[in-house]
Amino acid sequence: MAETTGIKDYIKPENLVYKKTGIMTDNILHYCPGCGHSTMHRIIAEIIDEEGLQSEAIGVSPVGCSVFLYHYIDIDWQEAAHGRAPALATAIKRLCPDKFVFTYQGDGDLAAIGTSETIHSCNRGENFLIVFINNGIYGMTGGQMAPTTLPGMKSTTSPYGRDTRQMGFPLKITDIVATLPGTYYVTRQSVHTPANVRKTKRALRKAVQYQKLNKGTCFVEIVSNCPSGWRMTPVEANKWLEENMLPYYPLGDLKTPSEETSQKTNNPE
Amino acid sequence: MERELRLMKGNEAVAEAAIRAGADGYFGYPITPQSEILEYLMEANPYQTTGMVVLQAESEVAAINMVYGGAACGKKVLTTSSSPGISLMQEGISYIAGAELPCLVVNVVRGGPGLGTIQPAQSDYFQAVKGGGHGDYHLIVLAPSSVQEMADFVGLGFDLAFKYRNPVMILSDGAIGQMMEKVWLSPYRERSKTVPDWATTGKLPSRQRNIITSLELNPERQEEFNRKLINKYNEIKEKEVRYEEFQCEDAEYLFVAYGTSARVCQKSVQIARNEGLKAGLLRPVTLFPFPSERIGTLSGRAKIILSVEMSSGQMLEDVLLSVNGEVPVYHFGRMGGIVTTPEEVVDFLKLKIMGG
Amino acid sequence: MTEEIIIAGFGGQGVLSMGKIMAYSGVMQDMEVSWMPSYGPEMRGGTANVTVILSSERISSPIIRQFDTAIILNQQSLDKFENSLKPGGMLIYDGNGISRHPERRDINVYRVDATEEAGRMKSPRTFNMIVLGAYLKIKPLIKIENVIEGLKKSLPERYHNLIPLNEKALNRGMEIITRISL
Ligand SMILES: Cc1ncc(C[n+]2csc(CCOP(=O)(O)OP(=O)(O)O)c2C)c(N)n1
Ligand code: SF4
Repeated sequence: MAETTGIKDYIKPENLVYKKTGIMTDNILHYCPGCGHSTMHRIIAEIIDEEGLQSEAIGVSPVGCSVFLYHYIDIDWQEAAHGRAPALATAIKRLCPDKFVFTYQGDGDLAAIGTSETIHSCNRGENFLIVFINNGIYGMTGGQMAPTTLPGMKSTTSPYGRDTRQMGFPLKITDIVATLPGTYYVTRQSVHTPANVRKTKRALRKAVQYQKLNKGTCFVEIVSNCPSGWRMTPVEANKWLEENMLPYYPLGDLKTPSEETSQKTNNPE
Repeated sequence: MERELRLMKGNEAVAEAAIRAGADGYFGYPITPQSEILEYLMEANPYQTTGMVVLQAESEVAAINMVYGGAACGKKVLTTSSSPGISLMQEGISYIAGAELPCLVVNVVRGGPGLGTIQPAQSDYFQAVKGGGHGDYHLIVLAPSSVQEMADFVGLGFDLAFKYRNPVMILSDGAIGQMMEKVWLSPYRERSKTVPDWATTGKLPSRQRNIITSLELNPERQEEFNRKLINKYNEIKEKEVRYEEFQCEDAEYLFVAYGTSARVCQKSVQIARNEGLKAGLLRPVTLFPFPSERIGTLSGRAKIILSVEMSSGQMLEDVLLSVNGEVPVYHFGRMGGIVTTPEEVVDFLKLKIMGG
Repeated sequence: MTEEIIIAGFGGQGVLSMGKIMAYSGVMQDMEVSWMPSYGPEMRGGTANVTVILSSERISSPIIRQFDTAIILNQQSLDKFENSLKPGGMLIYDGNGISRHPERRDINVYRVDATEEAGRMKSPRTFNMIVLGAYLKIKPLIKIENVIEGLKKSLPERYHNLIPLNEKALNRGMEIITRISL
């Protein structure tokens, strides 16, 4: 049997259940196996594609593992200095209000070195989307402690586990920005299961609409993983994410536009 | 106490030497190729042994200002980073120089500009030696070319910083930070129990209050302060020039190189000598103050001088000033994180000898 | 005496730690040593290499382009470093996954099928010790007992029970290295 069927026999239109999103480039993703960044890139590409935003989108990539985001999605990009993406985006959106503007930032970038830019752009209600990838660690530089590292969690700069008396508690920056009047829609999602991917897409779609309506800052946190920095296999990492990250960073909307709040109570999703 | 032999990375040597030098505090933010310094200190946990505080700051801006605060209390404090992080620190460094505070800043240089590369480079020479931040000031700049010197210059750096009340920079690079060599570690120095009399430690009835500031709105007094700094820098130029020479006695072809490039050039000297070319190497150990006088003297016998550096030619300007037009001076070096090879240097020299 | 070595392969093959053990052993024998790794994100799953220099004199440049010995553990590294050997130099390679074999005739080529042997020994992690054993058979610059000491220093305590296995691997490497004549 093995001689008679080969991979070629399966590549038929009726068997195709998955294909490359149009505006992803052909560059090979450099991420470690199982890394949430890859999934998120695809989701963002899909949203931009499906919403027909390619010609309007200006993305700002961070310093972190996703620094080369601009290699992968075929739109215009600016690469910011570490932590400064919201400052760039502020100017971009103010000077080009018709464009769809977003930043994509890790937890070190957004919640450590860039806290000030994050808080102040949200506080000014800058009308762009911030996508915040929280993997609880500095992936790119080799697994150092991030502001979001969980209590007791080991990293190369918390080799005995994060001691909250010395190193503070994990910063729930999403909760903080939700309290600022400038933010319009603040939500925390994940992409570690297909169901969560669908919810994340829904959240991003809303953010796109709100930006069109000039509503203010939309902030979408993605609780993600870092199999390499966590020293786990991809499967272990996703399990660990569920068991440890999600209790600390529970998924769901933190701030929704008031007309939707009533719906939200009916539908806990 | 005896010195201890270890095999270590340059970055690890800085960390261990800081503990042994009796440092009171370290503040830093991760960045390649120097993150091992913070990682090593976190693992070593010196707070338990010597009481040295180690803290991961939220950014380099925060780290250098923590250094300001610690230094103003008269403590021995340091921070380390690599090029992009050092750029962020420049404002703080200028304030530290303006407030005449002693501290140690280590730059494990990577290629730029911008985010650049994480591979070794020497492209931050201007920033380190000519200022970096705003205002009229200088750092004392030490340029280690081995893991041993990475360790030794921590203690030396602190001594110079306190002697002159001036920030000291160790200007290293990714190669020296990442490589392992043998290193003899100094015995532990106890953390100082006393602090200088200018430090802010709480005003006692016995003394005037201490104010650490870099602000002076009166132009005359600010100029007076600038003159005081110049005098200090002149004293440093007079007393603290350090360099090393390799086969310079009869050198007709002089390489001037520091750090990793100096190691490369040592081999270039051997290769050139094997081919009958009388080459020598002058290695500045201090980049500020620069060994201008010695280079000037050596240029008397030299036919060609090469400034070999992993940059587009920055130290070159100081070499040119030292030689003052007496001998042809050329720059040679690779960029972008590429380390020059010894053979390339010799080939370039030969090209110049032939008038290329 | 100066021995300039490049070890190159995939990240995860133990390239850097093999170099480290050689450097540790060198220190124990009072040699001057330098260990200069490639570093950066490309190490994750990509290629890794390290330059090790052992010498009786002060080492000048730790970064060099011409080597006495190249220990080569994958095809990319063979392609990259075969021409960096000095004439008369020594090339040791693992034949696993190699489709273009060494071609230079002015060097001494040895082959050690360490991947295969480590598989046979059912301990893939001793792979690099098999390779090191093979190297030491031809150039016994450092003593086995110092390598074992070096292992102890570079391995976390919890792996010290693996040291006898590593010793066995070193010896296997010495046995299976073969000279290839071109
Ligand atoms: C000014 C400055 N400091 C430090 C760095 C080094 N650096 C690069 S990425 C990074 C942290 C990345 O972590 P995170 O934002 O959590 O993103 P991840 O890699 O985990 O996706 C750091 C500290 C830098 N590039 N610039
Ligand atoms: S280091 Fe972590 S965050 Fe970076 S690509 Fe790998 S798994 Fe993803």
